[in-house]
Amino acid sequence: MIRSPLTLMTAAALALLGPLAVSAQDEEALQRAIDARQAHMQLYAHNLGILGGMARGNIPYDAAMASAAAADLGHLTRVSQQAYWPEGSDIMMEGSNALPAIWENLDDVFAKSGDLVEAVAAMEAVAGDGLEAVQGQMQALGGACVACHRDYQQEN
Amino acid sequence: MRLLRWLIALALIGGGVFWVLTRPAPVPPEYASLTGDAERGALVFAVAGCASCHIAPGAEPSDAPVLAGGERFVSDFGTFLAPNISPSSQGIGDWTDAEIMHAVAAGVSPGGAHYYPAFPYTSYHFAEPQDLADLVAHLRTLPPSDVESLPHEIGFPVTIRRGIGLWKMLYLSEDWTVAGAADAQIERGRYLVEGLGHCAECHTPRDALGGLDRSAWMAGAPNPSGEGRVPAITPGELGWSAADIAYYLETGFTPDFDVAGGDMADVVLNTGKLPPEDREAIAAYLVALP
Ligand code: HEC
Ligand code: HEC
Ligand code: HEC
Repeated sequence: MIRSPLTLMTAAALALLGPLAVSAQDEEALQRAIDARQAHMQLYAHNLGILGGMARGNIPYDAAMASAAAADLGHLTRVSQQAYWPEGSDIMMEGSNALPAIWENLDDVFAKSGDLVEAVAAMEAVAGDGLEAVQGQMQALGGACVACHRDYQQEN
Repeated sequence: MRLLRWLIALALIGGGVFWVLTRPAPVPPEYASLTGDAERGALVFAVAGCASCHIAPGAEPSDAPVLAGGERFVSDFGTFLAPNISPSSQGIGDWTDAEIMHAVAAGVSPGGAHYYPAFPYTSYHFAEPQDLADLVAHLRTLPPSDVESLPHEIGFPVTIRRGIGLWKMLYLSEDWTVAGAADAQIERGRYLVEGLGHCAECHTPRDALGGLDRSAWMAGAPNPSGEGRVPAITPGELGWSAADIAYYLETGFTPDFDVAGGDMADVVLNTGKLPPEDREAIAAYLVALP
């Protein structure tokens, strides 16, 4: 696991904050966590839109742009998600599609996050090497997203 | 209500007639002469999504899944449990190839009983015999499991398997829903969507007896696995290009780069294994729907 000192510090700070937020049972805090993680997911989608747009031939391949999008995905996978997932912030809350199974299978959720980190790293390594290299990584990357959504996100 | 209708149907048709009408179809003799290719069968297995229903609950998708069964399918008629279909004596290990092919394509057991349509044989019915033979060859390469199959949680009169013979008369159709296919690509797509891929089993609503409502083909349906709806995938409702659909079936990414979830996740992990021409054929069929 690659972790910058900053992320580690954030994680430590959040670990202290986390339990407080949960025990307060503050609906608003849960809602903010849901909004934050959904925004995070949208940033994945945004950067994938750039790489996937190129892979699909909808926008011309540009090595610098592809590398930047892949690097952004890399940064996103290194953001601590600890405060995103307070227990109780699931489908019972307005606007969330997160299944309660997340909190019963945290090890598996972490494993699936780890698979995404690896798939993104593989994309980052080749994004600047040409269109075919990007195309070759899209399925593996999509598979890492799909594997988690399969078990933990309720279909819309 | 539903129970009553079923009972009346049973009563109306006198015992002897009922017995004749509901007699399970015999195994087609040509099945015995076919030899399967396990490698080709892996693709049939993928598009048919057998593992999505027959792996143990909570098991992860894999290229060599253990088809131990145990998954529960809740319906208006009771809860059906997927049986063990791994190559062991608890599964299909002791069956002949033709028996397995007949079970999949006609919904008839080696002992001559009808299967419940929670097993989507009304779609698999369209499978080419050679594809069935290849599928069986592949099934025999998968890891065995000794887990015992569990009984369904259903009540009378649904427990009378012979009654499914009547249901089959109504719903086991030899005819494609889309009667004319404009070209060879759409024809291939129709084979994959209406047949092996059994897409309608989730994307088309059902009538009171649990049969697909073909007048609302792919118009979306209540989600059998809980809340929400399975979306419509007719061109008017979906609004995606053929390239959008093919890319989704390859990578799981929607045109907005959201990702497929829930039951559709298994489908895209499977269609991702197909040759690109097959995904393009599925897409061509869907965008040509009325
Ligand atoms: C470790 C699990 C996991 C992984 C990996 C994952 N997601 Fe998600 N995603 C979720 C969950 C859970 C939700 C539902 C969150 C909610 O609604 O509260 C979600 C929601 C979303 C949403 C909807 C956000 C909204 O506005 O409602 C998008 C888009 C999305 N994910 C895209 C992606 C993409 C693209 C990837 C891969 C780069 C990905 N996800 C990887 C678990 C995951
Ligand atoms: C939608 C879920 C679903 C899918 C997909 C599915 N099955 Fe099944 N299958 C079932 C259920 C439920 C039964 C039990 C039917 C019954 O008992 O009447 C069953 C029964 C069977 C049986 C009979 C086993 C026995 O012990 O009598 C076989 C063989 C079988 N399936 C093979 C397959 C194969 C091969 C595929 C893929 C081509 C497949 N199934 C796809 C749900 C499914
Ligand atoms: C086991 C049930 C099931 C089967 C079988 C199935 N689907 Fe789906 N499908 C779903 C669900 C549930 C969704 C919604 C997924 C989500 O919200 O992420 C979906 C979504 C889709 C979508 C995207 C629709 C949208 O608006 O986002 C397409 C396209 C699609 N399916 C095509 C197919 C095709 C083609 C097949 C057959 C090869 C198929 N599906 C088989 C359940 C199924």
